[in-house]
Amino acid sequence: MNKMVLIGAIMAGLLVFTAVIAPALTKYDYRAQNLSERLLPPGARHIMGTDELGRDLFSRMVYGARVSMTVGVIAVLISTIIGLLIGSIAGYFGGIIDSTAMRLVDVMLTIPTLFLILMMVVFLGPSIINIMIIIGLTSWTDIARIIRAEVMSVKKTAYVDAARLIGLGRARIIIRHILPNIMGPVFVYMTFGISGAILTESGLSFLGLGVQPPYPSWGNILTAGKDYISTAWWLVLFPGIAIFMAVFSCNIMGEGLRDRFNPRIKD
Amino acid sequence: MKRYLIKRMILMIPVILGITVITFIIIHLTPGGFVKTNMEMNVKVSPGAMEHLKALYGLDKPLYAQYLDWLSRLARLDFGDSFIDNRPVIDKVLERLPATLLLNITSIFVIFILGTIIGVTGALRRNSVYDRIMTFVTFTGYSVPAFWLALIMMMLFAVKFPILPVSGISSINYEMMGPFEKILDVAWHMVLPVFITAFGGLAYISRYVKSSMVEVLSRQYITAAYAKGMKEKEIIFKSALKNSLMPVVTLLGLSLPGIIGGSFIFETIFAWPGMGRLAYEAAMSFDYPVIMGTVTIAAALTILGNLLADIAYAMIDPRIRYK
Repeated sequence: MNKMVLIGAIMAGLLVFTAVIAPALTKYDYRAQNLSERLLPPGARHIMGTDELGRDLFSRMVYGARVSMTVGVIAVLISTIIGLLIGSIAGYFGGIIDSTAMRLVDVMLTIPTLFLILMMVVFLGPSIINIMIIIGLTSWTDIARIIRAEVMSVKKTAYVDAARLIGLGRARIIIRHILPNIMGPVFVYMTFGISGAILTESGLSFLGLGVQPPYPSWGNILTAGKDYISTAWWLVLFPGIAIFMAVFSCNIMGEGLRDRFNPRIKD
Repeated sequence: MKRYLIKRMILMIPVILGITVITFIIIHLTPGGFVKTNMEMNVKVSPGAMEHLKALYGLDKPLYAQYLDWLSRLARLDFGDSFIDNRPVIDKVLERLPATLLLNITSIFVIFILGTIIGVTGALRRNSVYDRIMTFVTFTGYSVPAFWLALIMMMLFAVKFPILPVSGISSINYEMMGPFEKILDVAWHMVLPVFITAFGGLAYISRYVKSSMVEVLSRQYITAAYAKGMKEKEIIFKSALKNSLMPVVTLLGLSLPGIIGGSFIFETIFAWPGMGRLAYEAAMSFDYPVIMGTVTIAAALTILGNLLADIAYAMIDPRIRYK
């Protein structure tokens, strides 16, 4: 196993574990305000300090982990499904279907993705569901292009011919015989996609368009904290580090996986 | 080559049309949109006045008619006027474009130079301590949220140690400076934004240059060059570097869309008077003509950039012949 994948997996695993057992980690409610304990620095009672409403930052961070990572994972699942559908159909059938699909990809690649996401959030409203769907709807192009290229090369192999000769249907050939053989690169892009989606949500939050309070996300904790940056550094530092750790772990996992699936740069 | 160019130009048309259709649909997803958002909360505006206003902006027509109107004006290169201040969209975009291009071309340049150096040296000393540290540093830059880093840097260099400007493109007394001072002033304002953009973008280019270089170094013509006794420096700079940098040209072209319209978060933080911020402000105030205009112009610039990258690629790589 590649070392980078391992380190990334351990880091990401820790974050996921934290998110899953969030209620067991903290005795404070992430929504409970305590105005007599506003803006307390990290200490024995509140290990990450408190925010401007006296809420325990650590509780908000571990619950925020749930929201941020769920947004990342669901958004990527959506984009992967769209990418798989469009990519495999375009790659398998070729011809006019393929060129239409690729024009659509061109269109998506030419609009600045982040701005497209911003517009959709502004015009549809920033709910958690909307944000996941919007990020998913706008980031399927990479996966679609990779799947298309892989399907095009795999469909010429003898086992696909054999499957066709024994009379299997097209959908069955694509789903049962082609897709399982090209999942490697898909996993690579999924890991990068998760980190991208987490960054996108935090960027949207920064503009007040991400996950909305009362739900805590790392992005909106950071955004709320930025007004207190000169007096309460912890409100900016901890969520920033959390976003960084999540993104970094996904990225090195993706990088390690990419090396594994790329025969050209094997040692 | 000429035929290829014409073919590419023709292919641009459906892409631009697709972009404008998608944008148009998205901005009309909100029922009521501009008029409703800006007027409904205002008790002084009667329903009759709202209808009048809708008619004034052409928002009372069916969607396809509005789109065709917009398109027929676009054909005459008329992007319409802003809903907010009634100024022509093209003027608003043109006054923002230089700042965006200045910041982004500088950043791309810095990324390209540093990325190449890190990539090439990393490939030559693959898996050494130096290579590992560089990979870690560039990956950190790639993973760090840019706006967060911007906040921390602003905190450090503007509040704790006030040595760098943190907002805008020039100082207040800009108009009174001499020409040389003006350049210096703008450059000074660019230090933090360029640093943060470059730090975030380095990983992409350096990783690409590195793997491309590693691959080229294992080619037979490099072994042959060693075998005939060429000096290592000559091999690296003349044969290997040139061949491994070629794909980077395409990468630079592909990084354009993010640059022209995707930098609004960044431009907002640094109060940089660029196109990203114009687009962001337009989206927030439902200023349809400005949204359509910025997206169309950004898309056209991107397509043009990609085309230029392809042409440059064909010019430096004799193996590529476009038909």
